[in-house]
Order: sequence, then C-alpha cells, then structure tokens
Amino acid sequence: MTDLTDLTIAQVISGLSKKDFSATELTKAYIKNMQNGRKYNAYVTECVETALKQAKVSDEKYLNNTARQLEGVPLGIKDLFCTKGIKTTACSQILENFVPEYESTVTANLLNAGALFLGKLNMDEFAMGGSNETSFFGPCINPWSKDVDLISGGSSGGSAAAVCAKMCAAATGTDTGGSIRQPAAYCGITGVKPTYGRCSRYGIIAFASSLDQAGPMAKDVTDCAILLKHMAGFDEKDSTSAKIEVPDFVKVLGSDIRGLKVGIPIEYRSDKLNLSIAKAWDLAADMLRKRGAEIVDISLPHTKYALPVYYIIAPAEASSNLARYDGLRYGKRIDGNSLDEMYINSRTAGFGKEVKRRIMVGTYVLSAGYYDAYYVKAQKVRRLIRQDFISAFEKCDIILAPTSPTTAFAIGDKSMQSNPINMYLNDVFTVSVNLAGLPAMSLPTGLCEQGLPIGMQLIGKPFDEETIFKTGLALEQDANFKRK
Amino acid sequence: MAENIIKTQNGEWEMVCGLEIHCQIISKSKIFSSASTEYGADANENVSFVDVAMPGMLPVLNEECVRQAVKTGLGLNAKINNRSVFSRKNYFYADLPQGYQITQYEYPLVGEGEVVIDLPNGETRKIGIERIHIEQDTGKSIHDINPKKSYIDYNRAGVGLMELVTKPDFRSAEEVGAFLKKLRSIVRYLGTCDGNMDEGSMRCDASVSVRPLGSLDLRPRAEIKNVNSVKFVMQAIDYEAKRQVEVYENGGSIEQQTRNFDQNTGETKFLRVKENANEYRYFPEPDLPPLVLSDEFIESVRNEMCELPDTKKERFVHELKLPHYDASVLCENKETAEFFEKAATGRDAKKVANWVMGDFFAMLNAKHLSLENSPVSAENLGALVDLISNNIINGKTAKDVFAIMVETGKAPDVIVEENGLRQVTDTKAIESIVDAVIKENPDNVAAYKGGKQNLMGWFVGQVMKQSKGTANPALVNQILKEKLG
Repeated sequence: MTDLTDLTIAQVISGLSKKDFSATELTKAYIKNMQNGRKYNAYVTECVETALKQAKVSDEKYLNNTARQLEGVPLGIKDLFCTKGIKTTACSQILENFVPEYESTVTANLLNAGALFLGKLNMDEFAMGGSNETSFFGPCINPWSKDVDLISGGSSGGSAAAVCAKMCAAATGTDTGGSIRQPAAYCGITGVKPTYGRCSRYGIIAFASSLDQAGPMAKDVTDCAILLKHMAGFDEKDSTSAKIEVPDFVKVLGSDIRGLKVGIPIEYRSDKLNLSIAKAWDLAADMLRKRGAEIVDISLPHTKYALPVYYIIAPAEASSNLARYDGLRYGKRIDGNSLDEMYINSRTAGFGKEVKRRIMVGTYVLSAGYYDAYYVKAQKVRRLIRQDFISAFEKCDIILAPTSPTTAFAIGDKSMQSNPINMYLNDVFTVSVNLAGLPAMSLPTGLCEQGLPIGMQLIGKPFDEETIFKTGLALEQDANFKRK
Repeated sequence: MAENIIKTQNGEWEMVCGLEIHCQIISKSKIFSSASTEYGADANENVSFVDVAMPGMLPVLNEECVRQAVKTGLGLNAKINNRSVFSRKNYFYADLPQGYQITQYEYPLVGEGEVVIDLPNGETRKIGIERIHIEQDTGKSIHDINPKKSYIDYNRAGVGLMELVTKPDFRSAEEVGAFLKKLRSIVRYLGTCDGNMDEGSMRCDASVSVRPLGSLDLRPRAEIKNVNSVKFVMQAIDYEAKRQVEVYENGGSIEQQTRNFDQNTGETKFLRVKENANEYRYFPEPDLPPLVLSDEFIESVRNEMCELPDTKKERFVHELKLPHYDASVLCENKETAEFFEKAATGRDAKKVANWVMGDFFAMLNAKHLSLENSPVSAENLGALVDLISNNIINGKTAKDVFAIMVETGKAPDVIVEENGLRQVTDTKAIESIVDAVIKENPDNVAAYKGGKQNLMGWFVGQVMKQSKGTANPALVNQILKEKLG
C-alpha cells in the first residue's frame, strides 16, 4: 500500500470517497509523520485528539453519504489564524497563552467544508521575518537540510516545512511581502498569495492590514486551487474583502495556454541573481513557449523602490496594529508602578527583537515631521508600482519571475543576522506584488547546484487567479519537480 | 455690540472663542461593531470582540451612524462630502483598547456649515461650522472604587461620536450659550444625539483667546476641557477671557495650553501645555475603505428629516400669528412644539400659547413632570380653551377646571358637567340674583346711589358669590348698572 501522506488532496478525496481508506487512517498517518518530524519544529501546537475526533465524524459522513467537499482532509494552520478554543500565539511571547473565543473566517470556511486541523504551525513572530528565525518558539528547519540546518523561509516557514515533510495534506499561510511564496520556494512546495481582498482577513492576527492576505500552501497546483476555492469569498466582517464571486479554480486546470502572453520583467534580471535560479527562469520560460505561449519583455521601472516602500508601509501599519498588545486585556502582562510602566514592561518582555525594530521604524515614519517624507512619499511610490503592473498587463497576461534571488540558507547566517537589510533583500521579487495587491503563485521547477529547490513565481492580474492556475499547472507538468 | 467688549482701566479687549463638541450618536449599535449602545447596562456588558481589540478583529462601519451624522450635517446647513476617509489616531491609554482611535482627520464626512443663533436681546448671529467628523468613543476609566486599582468599563468603547468644530466666531459667553442651546435643540429635533451635557452625551471643549479691540490677529489660546453644562461653559469662558486680559495687562504672555474648569470656584486651572497636534501619528485606516456616499444616499437622508426649530418658529409666527417670543419658547423643544400645535389646531393659537406657557408649564415645573408624563393631554388643553372661547365657562372657572384636570386627567367638559360649573348666561337667572342682592342690602344701595361708585365691585362680588362663580361677569356688570341706575 502506498503511503497515504504521499497523496494529494485530490487523491485523498477520491480515496476517501471510494472508501479505499478512512479519514482516521489518513489522520493517523499524518500524526505519525508529525511525531517523527518534531525535529523540524514545524508545529507549535499539536491538536492530535481533536483531529482524530474530527476524522471520526468525517468517516461517519462518508458512510452516510453526507461528506462535504474537503471532508476528512487533514490540514495544518499557520499560528496567525485565530482558531476557537485552540491556542493562537502568532509565535510571540506576548500571546504565548492566548486562546481565542472565535474562529477566523478562512479557517471557519475550511472547517465548514469538512477539513480537520492537525495543529498550529510555526512562523516568524507576528509574520515579521523571512526565515522563521524570529519565532518565539525557535526556527523551523527546512526538511531539505543536509549537513547544516537550513531555514524553512518565512514567515510561513512552519506551513512550508509541514507540507514538504508530509506532516499535513496542506496548510494555510499568509503573505504580506512574500510570506507564502518565499518559504514555498525554499521548501519545494506550491503556494498561492491571492488578490488582496480575495480571502477575508477577519480573525487573522494583523501585521500590515493593507498587504496581508491568506492563501493555500500545498503539494501541487491542483491542491492549491481546491483549497483556495474554499478559503476565499466575500465576508461582511472584513470591509476590505472583495464582493466578487469566487470562480471554481479547479475547472480551468488543464486548459490550453496557447497564445498566452507571458511577461518577463527586465528589472528582475539583476547580477545578484543566483546563476542556477537565472537558468531555471529561462528554462521555465522555454517550457511555456513550447506550449505555445508568447514570451514578451516587460518593464516594471519602479521595482527598485519596492523594498524601501514596503519597509515603510508595513512597519507603519504594524506599529499601530500591535499597539493593542499592551498587557491589559489579554496576553502577557508584567506589572509596573504605573500604567505606562506596565505597558513598557509587558511589551519589552513580550515582543522579540525584529518586532521591536519594526514597531520603532513604523512609529518613526508616522511621527510628526517625518510623515510626509516617509509615509506619504511611500504611498505615492506605491501607486507608481501599481501603475507599473497595470501598464505591463497591457502587454502581457501573466508575469513569470523567480520567487527569491536565493535558495534556502543556513539558520543563523551571519550576514543576515548582522544586517537586517540583507534579510529584507530576499523579498525583492515578492513585495511588489503585495504593494500592488496582485495574485501570485510560487511553484518549484528545479534544484540549484546545492540540490535545493528553486521557486518560480507567476503573477496575475487582479482577481485573475485562474490564469495563474492554468499556467502553473502547465509549468508543473513540464518541470516535473520531484517532491521531497 | 458693546456688551462684548472687556473693558479695563487700561483698554478694551475682545474675546475670540471656538468650540469642539463631541456628540454621542443615537444608534442601536456601536459605530464599528454590533454591540449594543444601550445606556445603563452593567459594566462591560455591551462589549464585542471588536470593542476590546481582540487579535484579528476588524471594524465594520455602521451605516446608521453615517445616516445620523449626515442628517446632523444637513441640519446645520453644512456641506456633506461624498468622499471621506477614516484615520487612526495613535496613543496608549487604558480606555483605548486598540491603542488607536478610529476617527477622520484630513477628509471629514461633513464640511463647512452655518448656524443662526438667537441672542437674549432679540438679535441673531451666524456661527460658522468648520467640520463634523465621525469617530469612536473610548471606554471609561474608573479610579474611585479602589485606592490602588483602576477599573475600566468598555461599554462606551466604540460608541459613535460626531465631533463638531466651529469657526472661532464667538465673541461672548452669551453667544456660546445660545449656540450650545441651538445645537442641542437641532440634534434633539433630528434624534441624532440626546444632547445631555450632564450625562456626557454632549461634551464641549472651548478654545479661548483675547486680543485688543480692533486687532485682527489671533493670540495663543487656552483650551478648556469637558465642561458639563451650558452654564459652566459660559462661566469658564468668561473667567478665562478675563484672566488672559489680566495676564496681558500685567505684561505677561499666554502659552497655548489646556485648562480644566473647577465648578466649585468658577475658575479655570492650568492642566498642561498643549502637545504638538501631530504627535498622534495619524494615518489612513487600512481596515476601512474610504467612505463614499452617493448623492442619492444624501438625498434619501434629507427626505427623512423633520422640520427644524427655525423653520417651525417662522411658521408659528407667520401662519399661527404668534409673537416671536412665544414661537421661540415653544419651538426650543420638539415635543413642546408638537404638543402646542396639537392643542392649537383649529383654535386661537395665541390663547392656547398663553395656556401652554402659563399654567401648563407652571404645573409641569411644580410637579417635576416631563411633557410625556403630563396628566393633561394636548386635546384636553385645547378643549379647555374652547370652553372659554364659547363662553361655557369663564376664565376664573377655567383655572379651577384645569386644576381638576391635573388631578384627575379628565376632559374639561366632563368636569364642567359633573361639577355644574357651566357659566350662567341666562339674563333672567342673573336678574333674579341681582334683585335679591339689591333687596337684601338697602344701605349699600343707598350709599351707591349717593355717589359711592366704588361699591359696584362689592355688588358684583355678591352676585358672583351667590351664583357660585358661574355667572357671566360681563352680564352681571351690565345688569347691576341697569338696576342700580
């Protein structure tokens, strides 16, 4: 018998429906992998008992033919999604023991579709980081590591590692500047950051409200399409969620991409780009060309401003979003002799270094005398970056680019630790997409010289995830990447 | 406007004052959550996850609050902006769960407007409105339960507020008082705010500065915070203006500052130097898209509006021929105006106004009753005026009937019948009483005829007494004059 944890969601649903195996058997197989994979530190909270209970309910539903569309599919949930009755920490000490009384809309949608949750996944503290090293619970290790422990990427590092090491059928992630795509690339899995507004942000602990977006992280393109369909949708509890119908993304899979115009942004061709990644990029373009797509050069002239703009806007919003963690109503409290002292003590102890850095940067760029020079200017440049994409999409239907300029690096890498800017540079290909609110996918297309996965990124027009999915599937078939 | 000059031995000064008024919006639920706004609930009962800023919670704008603010804007003849933007005002305090207040900063919902105020001397003045924006209220910190602890009640956290900012158009405390009364009257008419300053549903901050009369420059101002009645606001402004004049005349200077009002001493006290206005790190609220209102929406709100006090007053003057003063008094309060109009319909409005403003108001005051608890209905008060107009009872009897109406709540005609109070207008009946009185008092008749004309009053009194007050006094007079010659 094949290992049940090798199966994709599509295969799992088919197998469960045909009663080839039960949801309980499937869940137990994943739990076994979770136990064997604890060295990766992917899960920060395991929900073994409730998962098995849910699996039993799913088995009954398959027996009496009332199974829902994701019935019995075991998922891992990034610890940024509030899950009712399950500890939700954002991997921060300040929320170390926080148990929400409510469910995020995205996870509620998944539960209502019959999915079950194996546990909560590691991530950078409050999703601030690109390596999962800022987590209060320690870094998550990339299952591709050989001699040295490599980072899993971030912020959704736990999600990527758990999918990669078959510790869940798929996972949820969130992406503010690349937090789904970059770890997906580093761990050799597929992840989708949908159009801003596609998924509700209700119940997702906020990092940067105008950039945050939830999305699926899975073994392949099809699984991402299946999951996103269930995660997405208008939600009246999130005023920024879009009142646009969610298409059946699975339906477009396998359709022809002949005549599709694929844009290659010339500005992304930097000499800092890892050579094997540059090669993989050319190769991917070739694969699409051979399928009848037309490859066109496009220009995104404001690309060089994307990182500075991102690192003004995201910290600005974060500095305000994180003000609520004050030790007063929930979370960590360390008393003091006055209200201010209690705030200072609680926040000093509760937040990690990177979170503090961003709160300070954000507070600075919003303060009197600096607001116009930083925040207002950044918003102006953000509009120019968005305009770049609008102009580019007059020449092409989809954009192909690498996800990250590098592959996974070692935990504790000195250059990253000594200068946070070096860490931020890993986001160079991903942040523009968030600033412009566009949908994008990262999928693995090959390995670098060190034998580590390379991720390619497909960027689409707003609310045109369908083109991304059909192009992604074509690329997936031709690249024939061997999952871990 | 001589009374607006602050005269000293050394010169003449003028006060410049502007107001910032926070009005709690009347709405079923809070401005960004579905929690109830009901007043008087137990502490922390009306609180949702959004109100206490639980992780991952998001604000959702309550359309009812927008309608109420637009209605208020229209009531103040102000421009309604089709596009306004929510901003975050960031600061840490225990009663501010999010660590920021969602408000409007650069782009308020309501722009410039104008209010006409009526001054005690009968003059009117226009006061400019700078803007009205909508925002969320904070919770309440309670420091007096325990000497070592503070308690917080989040019931108020997230209740909708309208912050109204006037232009610095006020030149006297009287003008400020008249404005606050007018504003309160308008929001109460519209049902957009209770306007109760003592309960905090309307809160007023006043910015005061002074300058030598004739000068046009604006000097640094003192902001007086949260004074909780119209009377105290007026006192505080007067005190503060005089204080500043004194400081300047003694060669001192005024720094921009925030002051408190002490209602026991009537003085304002220094609180702190006004912080730089921009320390709040305002930025556009990313959780809420800009508020875009169509012209149709604004028109639909306009169509919901009731007649406002000024319009009503004009109508009472022109259609009902009431004097300005009566119309003003009756229109200050919507319920009073409606009560009056119901009682006056089809009747002599001035007579009804006299009753409403006279005996009726006096009765409510004496009994500490509100209008809705009045034992006398508008219909019955109107019917009472009818009985007088139709000579069924005379004015004096009417007062007795009114007293019984207050006690029993009965209709006046029923009271008149039950007590036999119908006025006697039958000449024969009165003549026989007059005859009897003349017969019984020959001495006085002789005295009268001998020139003591002032005895007429005594005769009238005797006749009225014997008729138990029901005789028509005019007829009694006429018949007595005839019989006594």
